[in-house]
Amino acid sequence: MKKEPVRIKEKAAQERVGNFDEVVCGYSEAEALEEAARCLQCKDPTCISGCPVGIDIKKFIFQITQKDFRGAYLTIREKNNFPSLCGRVCPAEYQCRKSCILTKKGSAFASKQAINIHFLERFIGDFGMKNNVAVSVKEAPQMFRYKVAVVGSGPAGLCCAGELSRCGIKVDIFEGLHKTGGVLRYGIPPFRMPRDILDFEIDYLKKSGVEFFLNTIIGKVKSLDELFSQGYSAIFLGLGAGIPSFLGIKGENLCNIYSANEFLTRVNLMSAYKFPQAHTPVNIGKSVCVIGGGNTAMDSARVALRLQKLNGIPLNTTIVYRRTEVEMPARRLELEHAREEGLKFKMLVKPEEFIGDKDGFVKKIKCLQCELGEPDSSGRRRPVEIAGSDFEVDCDEDNRHRPESKPDFD
Amino acid sequence: MKLVNKKILTERQGAKVTQIEVFAPDIAAKVKPGQFVALMVAEEGERIPLTVVNKDETKGTITLIFQEAGLTTGLLGRMNHGDSLYAIAGPLGHATEIKNYGKVILVGGGVGIAEIYPVAKAFKEAGNHITTILGARTKELLILEKELKEVSDELLVATDDGSYGKKGFVTDILKGLLDERRTTNDERLVYAVGPIPMMKAVSAVTKGFNIRTIVSLNALMVDATGMCGCCRVSVGGQTKFSCVDGPEFEGHEVDWEELDKRNRIYADKEKHICRLIKK
Repeated sequence: MKKEPVRIKEKAAQERVGNFDEVVCGYSEAEALEEAARCLQCKDPTCISGCPVGIDIKKFIFQITQKDFRGAYLTIREKNNFPSLCGRVCPAEYQCRKSCILTKKGSAFASKQAINIHFLERFIGDFGMKNNVAVSVKEAPQMFRYKVAVVGSGPAGLCCAGELSRCGIKVDIFEGLHKTGGVLRYGIPPFRMPRDILDFEIDYLKKSGVEFFLNTIIGKVKSLDELFSQGYSAIFLGLGAGIPSFLGIKGENLCNIYSANEFLTRVNLMSAYKFPQAHTPVNIGKSVCVIGGGNTAMDSARVALRLQKLNGIPLNTTIVYRRTEVEMPARRLELEHAREEGLKFKMLVKPEEFIGDKDGFVKKIKCLQCELGEPDSSGRRRPVEIAGSDFEVDCDEDNRHRPESKPDFD
Repeated sequence: MKLVNKKILTERQGAKVTQIEVFAPDIAAKVKPGQFVALMVAEEGERIPLTVVNKDETKGTITLIFQEAGLTTGLLGRMNHGDSLYAIAGPLGHATEIKNYGKVILVGGGVGIAEIYPVAKAFKEAGNHITTILGARTKELLILEKELKEVSDELLVATDDGSYGKKGFVTDILKGLLDERRTTNDERLVYAVGPIPMMKAVSAVTKGFNIRTIVSLNALMVDATGMCGCCRVSVGGQTKFSCVDGPEFEGHEVDWEELDKRNRIYADKEKHICRLIKK
């Protein structure tokens, strides 16, 4: 008989929506052992091909079953510098878990039955962190013959720095903001990525010799040529998504219309949820609309719900999305969490115009109803507007998210 | 990030304007007229943009001038020689396009006078004829008159109460000047920095004379590096980011009403937090 997946413990929705503490509690040792025991240890494992960095998943899960957590940690570290981070935010259901043999063939994302590889990775990452598992950084000063400049301390820059420093290359990271981590800190909310975990993983890099230079905007304060002339033999540009894109519809610059970047930066990086103890303000409306269906939209929506709760406003935050739930690019877990926390959904709805009051604050969104047409280049069914279907949605705050890397609005 | 100098330029009628010199050698080596920095006074503080007024490359310092308007500028005003900022990053935004335009009129209002100073100096060095028009509520609130006189061919002052110079607004002087010189019509550029109503009014006057007008906008910012979109302004019907597309724009094209409204988004919260701090 097939064993059921071990469900991860989570904080109760009603309780967690009132704070920014981590939602997912992580496996206990017993739970990790039970989940690891479900792994079939395939002769030709398919999961590994789904992992972008090629972690030997089969091996580290086997090591868990043998209670060799230290060994499992080292196995993951061989390929991945940030097990505690990736165990929390990797879109596993589109990657390793999707290619797990237990996922039904042809499904868009991992089946429930697939091994919870990400939770096991997180368990091991946290074990390594708590137990200070020493990792074999090559401590050979003569290896530091080269130095490399990494521009940006977000996930790309951190990864690059981790990989280079493990080869014995000196790395200096230049960060424009006043804190490290890039989108991990300004974008991903603390309830998905606790800041002590992030700090630990970044401190780990510092211990292995990586140096950080904050408040340093390369291109403004130093040109690439100047970096080369300072002795860097290579420069890695991990610049992030750049300028947020907007919908390009009327009324978009009304007050209380935020890009996801601005809204999340105010709250996550600048701690606006602690206002006035933290000095950066953020406004929160009685009916908040979040436009989009990706992870950033889910993060924005769940932050909005928490701000409503903390400000004594009845929860009323709605996702406005042009397609349906199946087409949403968000992680299924985030979607599930958001729904438990009281997020509402308006599917097959496309915003046409924002309408404001005399002081320039947004009050309504004029929308069109859509239906699904033929699949587009992304393989998802295209939303088609229904003529004459316009209607209005109340909204006194709007956070829009357009997936940064895609030219089309999803 | 240490303050190496501090001077209170004026303190009258509840308005306090302070000048600080901050040790920031990398910025001092690169900053050009028209550019700004983003700074934080404390870890829990806001990031605010401030225009760089002067630099001293040998000392490795930059000069900033600000009026205490809200919490963050208030806290900045309380910092003293030897104190260190939590963060400072820059230089940000595009530098002013400095070249020989011929005749240039610079208009500064209130603390905006500080921002026209580095531009005036650079325009002068590029061989321009400089007319400077300064505006203040009252004589004691007028800053940098001496410094600007040194780099201007002529300097005119307007005060709201008539305590110094002409009674009225900078636009009264500007309009008079342009009317007077209508026949020669050789003013090539107007550069204006000040409160929104002033920049709006200046742009309205110069539009009538069809003189190109550059303004430096004070939109709200968070990261100030083009990541968040907080500082978006409509210019010529297009959305622009003040931080990376600006801070200077063509005054005739700016949607002033929208900017004014967007700058008031947090007016209530600002009042609230300032009250709390005073207690």
